[in-house]
Amino acid sequence: MNVLEIRGLGVDYLSGSGAVHAVSGVSLDLRRGEILGLAGESGSGKSTLANAVARLLRPPASITSGSVVYRRQDGSAVDVLALGGNELRAFRWKELAVVFQSAMNSLNPVITVGAQIDDVLRVHAPRMSRNERTERSVELLQRVGISADRRRSYPHELSGGMRQRAAIAIALALNPEIIIMDEPTTALDVVVQRDILAEIRALREEYGFAVVFITHDLSLLMEISDRIAIMYAGRVVETGTAEALHRAPRHPYTLGLLRSFPRLRGPREELLGIPGVPPDLRSPPPGCAFHPRCAMAVAECSESLPVLRAEADGEVACLLDDGRGVS
Amino acid sequence: MRFLARRLGFYLLTAWAAITLNFLIPRLMPGDPVELLVARMKGNVDPAAIDAMRRAFGISDASPWRQYLDYLGNLAHGELGRSITFFPTEVSTVIADSLPWTVGLVGVATLISYLIGTSLGVIMAWKRGTWLDGVLPGATFMHAVPYFWVALALVFVFGVTLQWFPVSRAYGLDVMPGLTGEFARSVLYHATLPAITIVLASMADRILGMRNVMVTTLGEDYVVMAEAKGLTSRRVMWAYAARNAILPNITSFALSLGFVVGGSVLTEIVFSYPGIGSMLLKGVENEDFPLMQGIFLVISLAVLVANFLADLAYVVLDPRTRQETE
Repeated sequence: MNVLEIRGLGVDYLSGSGAVHAVSGVSLDLRRGEILGLAGESGSGKSTLANAVARLLRPPASITSGSVVYRRQDGSAVDVLALGGNELRAFRWKELAVVFQSAMNSLNPVITVGAQIDDVLRVHAPRMSRNERTERSVELLQRVGISADRRRSYPHELSGGMRQRAAIAIALALNPEIIIMDEPTTALDVVVQRDILAEIRALREEYGFAVVFITHDLSLLMEISDRIAIMYAGRVVETGTAEALHRAPRHPYTLGLLRSFPRLRGPREELLGIPGVPPDLRSPPPGCAFHPRCAMAVAECSESLPVLRAEADGEVACLLDDGRGVS
Repeated sequence: MRFLARRLGFYLLTAWAAITLNFLIPRLMPGDPVELLVARMKGNVDPAAIDAMRRAFGISDASPWRQYLDYLGNLAHGELGRSITFFPTEVSTVIADSLPWTVGLVGVATLISYLIGTSLGVIMAWKRGTWLDGVLPGATFMHAVPYFWVALALVFVFGVTLQWFPVSRAYGLDVMPGLTGEFARSVLYHATLPAITIVLASMADRILGMRNVMVTTLGEDYVVMAEAKGLTSRRVMWAYAARNAILPNITSFALSLGFVVGGSVLTEIVFSYPGIGSMLLKGVENEDFPLMQGIFLVISLAVLVANFLADLAYVVLDPRTRQETE
């Protein structure tokens, strides 16, 4: 049962030297209550995709094609891209909340943490009394492991990990169906990162929201995600369950990403990394955008664009092995 | 609180330095006020009168240290010596008579200019990319136009040609100063053109300054998040963006408040407004050192007080300055 269906989504950044296709033809499903990992290098379009879904794109970025449909629990569908004014405001946070990369910057420095939970409640739940709102703020903060008296603290008085917890508490305020987490642990040290990940899993079990978890750290995604989508140059090149991707990546790029991180356990493997740099999206290479960096590329790769096609437990967009990718 | 105490200490030290410089500078210059006064009277002065004047001006042959202590003692009583221009009026009386006019006119005009300019800056940044951007070249033009030019243009159009507003004095010759409605109306009527001058000439700075900071602030994650939270545009614009963007603008506002006391000298001169700026001009014209000295002292103290108020405002508006460093 999907909670979010993205179909053929395209986002362009208009610049003086022509349009940059930051996201092109992306189709993705988010199932109710799952953690979907979205991985890719910097500039692969993963944050742009997330912002497009949350309707947070600002000029010069604009959605050029595709649709985003949100399905409520009762089955009714909402065309997210067509929401206007008040509908959009109501959709935001109540149905879809966002946790941004750096909680240092995503919390208003001049307002207390409690007040930043409070203003969401005040806008979306006008019937709640002041005391109820305070109770709810305390409850949320405690749920993510922050003591109640911290409600009166300003963001700068909290540590990095606490700030990210506070940002998660704010995201939970209205029990949203979807939470987009844009690199929520990137700025944190490994130990705190681990705590936050465990917290996210536990909260997901408790509240049942779906998560789009964006990061460039594939090994981290393997741990937390149910399914993973790999993006390259604005396109989804492979999707699959975390387990399947880990066991048998089909796209050479996924393989490259996997071989970019050392494994702590298991047999020793040569760290390969991926040679070259991501393509310039103003003039992407013809055919498969990855072919100039691909060790397995064949002549056809520079001519025809591979389409995403369904496989046993996922999808892959690669021309190798008759479109089944490497195996 | 320790932050404020430290700042207060710093300002007291600066005030002492300003007061001491004020003592030193005239004494490092050749001649003294009495010689000036005698010269103005072309030497026809009784030596006894010269002696009396020297005493009145506090000039003595005592040791510099003794003079300094006397000077500090006199300051503590608010005695700044006697003005040469308005001899034998005390400088403190001249300042006390002219200061309210300047504070009233320039102070209120500065406040209006700040409020309107900042609000416009916020709105123009919020609606950037729309037709409102067309205001920018106009603001840049006004930013470059000097006060006295605006004043002259207004005097010419509304004072001389259309004769809608009076072009000099602070109130009409036909009204008696006092707490009457008639007097208040006359004061407001006379203050209109000079106030508009100051607002017009200084508002562009506020608009441009606020807009620039605001545009940067709008790119911050917390503003994007506020939008994602589904808050009303009004709350995002004021409580999240403007609330943060105003912080760097407080200092410049406090500085301009400090200079209110200095008066918009040129504006006051063009409108013959009896404020402290006109007094300063008279003092300069007549080499009236005691008067200049007194006015400069008041200006420097006002700047210090304004800065201290800015620090206070910072503490109230930015919780990060409240952090105790232990």
